[in-house]
Amino acid sequence: MAILNARGVTHYFGGLGAVSNFNIDLEPRELVGIIGPNGAGKTTVFNLITGVYRATQGSIIFEGSRIVGKPPNQITALGIARTFQNIRLFKEMTVLDNVRTACYAKVKYNPIEALFHTGRFCREEEEIISRSMDLLAHLNLDIHANELSKNLPYGLQRRLEIARALATEPKLLLLDEPAAGMNSQEVDRLMELIYRIKNDFNLTILLIEHQMHLVMNICERLIVLDFGETIAQGKPHEIQNNPLVLEAYLGKEMHKEMQG
Amino acid sequence: MENREGVFNKIRQFWGRLMHVRWLLPALLGLVFLASLVIHHFDLLDLYVQLVLMYVGINIILALSLNLINGYMGEFSVGHAGFMAVGAYIASWLTVKVFPVHLTACLFPLAVLAGGIGAALVGLIVAFPSFKTRGDYLAIVTLAFGMIVKSAIENIDVLGGPRGFLGMEKLSTLPWVFFWAALSVWAIRNIVYSNFGRGVLSIREDEIASDLMSVNTKEVKIIVFVVSSFFAGIAGALFAHLLQFISPRAFDIIKSTDILIMVYLGGIGSIAGSILGATIYTVLLEVLRPMGVWRMVLMPLMLVMLMIFRPRGIMGLKEFSWFIPVRDIFASIRWREKRGGR
Repeated sequence: MAILNARGVTHYFGGLGAVSNFNIDLEPRELVGIIGPNGAGKTTVFNLITGVYRATQGSIIFEGSRIVGKPPNQITALGIARTFQNIRLFKEMTVLDNVRTACYAKVKYNPIEALFHTGRFCREEEEIISRSMDLLAHLNLDIHANELSKNLPYGLQRRLEIARALATEPKLLLLDEPAAGMNSQEVDRLMELIYRIKNDFNLTILLIEHQMHLVMNICERLIVLDFGETIAQGKPHEIQNNPLVLEAYLGKEMHKEMQG
Repeated sequence: MENREGVFNKIRQFWGRLMHVRWLLPALLGLVFLASLVIHHFDLLDLYVQLVLMYVGINIILALSLNLINGYMGEFSVGHAGFMAVGAYIASWLTVKVFPVHLTACLFPLAVLAGGIGAALVGLIVAFPSFKTRGDYLAIVTLAFGMIVKSAIENIDVLGGPRGFLGMEKLSTLPWVFFWAALSVWAIRNIVYSNFGRGVLSIREDEIASDLMSVNTKEVKIIVFVVSSFFAGIAGALFAHLLQFISPRAFDIIKSTDILIMVYLGGIGSIAGSILGATIYTVLLEVLRPMGVWRMVLMPLMLVMLMIFRPRGIMGLKEFSWFIPVRDIFASIRWREKRGGR
């Protein structure tokens, strides 16, 4: 059974169609990429899935429950987590607190219990600390636990975003340009990391990326967007030679020239 | 020069060590409470000094509660005096009109509590617009709220209307003010260092990211507004029974601005900062009183200088470790020890 199922998802900004008739079926433990030129609506698709925008039309079903219209925090609590294209960490909070914040939905104590530091409060707080630290250790960030997240170097900030997303215990992880601003060496290490967390946490991953090296190597399936339309779908090598895709990326004339 | 730096370093080291002595804070609190009881009972201090100390206590409560909204959550509320007014009027009405005369002294804590709860309910109403608006727009909403409270009271004849309300006994005493101030420090500290507190901070840092990291932002905002207005109401009730006279004009925008100044002087997002800010501002205003009109020139000038040299206030986003739970300070160290033991 598909873990995520989107049918005819359409979204307008005013009169402008940002995404039209987007369909996707994600099987559990699949790794699928969304590619397309700038402004093709890739991030909008992520915003629609995670509830930042409410789809104008269409349905999105995650593990059997409809999620269109639910607030982002509920959708995340169901098991969809994401990272951001431009890093959006909680800058003035420590690395550990960034991860602990993402455990919000797992906490069961209420404010009164927090006030009186009841047994359940202490237990759950201890549990959150050890879980968050384990997670940081898993991503080699534990030595930075007490630093403010804004003081981390760029690459570590990207990794912390992934750690924070994992803290929500997702089943589906959406990565929005995880390799942006990385050199080829760093991209290689990132690919290893994505593989590792996919296996360790049993994840289904949907990612947006411009770095073709990464996309072609790790994605099992690709979806190509252009001007909000899905223009192609398939295995990476099929996409590579798809005339529509080449046209979208290179332009009509250029594409003809290369063929001729 | 070098010698002076050496002295500074020694002070810093000493301070650092002092902050790690955990039993010192409760001991100090107990001692001060005892002292306040003794002073009140035997009238050891000049009445004027006692009055100023009580103002300090009330202002600490106000600054702390506003810091929760403005500092920790990063919103900008300018109607805090409105919550204060609600608490002040409810408590005063109870002690003057409802409670039997000979019991007012015993029932005073109940009146203060009722003032807090009343203000908290009003805070709940203000929480709802905060779901949709933020930043400057929410500031306008809170401004409007302050005006509504003021003109509502002006039009309720039972409460004296614009003439004000009097007849309260002087029930706010040094021990009571200290008790409520300590309670507010305790409560706000425990909220801030909990799951909900981390939610509050994350809303300040990035509300959309916070929502996407499973933080129930509506729930967090409701908690913040309710807790904050509860303590503002408490402060209002204490204020009313200290001054023994309240009028709608006492809770206008000027009062709200005073609280704002204390918060930003002490530093946003810091309990120690609010305590320092409220204390320094209140005491300084009194010390400078002989200067007459010039006081109101010097005071703002000092604020401008502070904002130039320390734009985040005295303690901006920093905290004395006394107020941070041990569990949070040693989180990573303890985790490592436990792991090494395995």
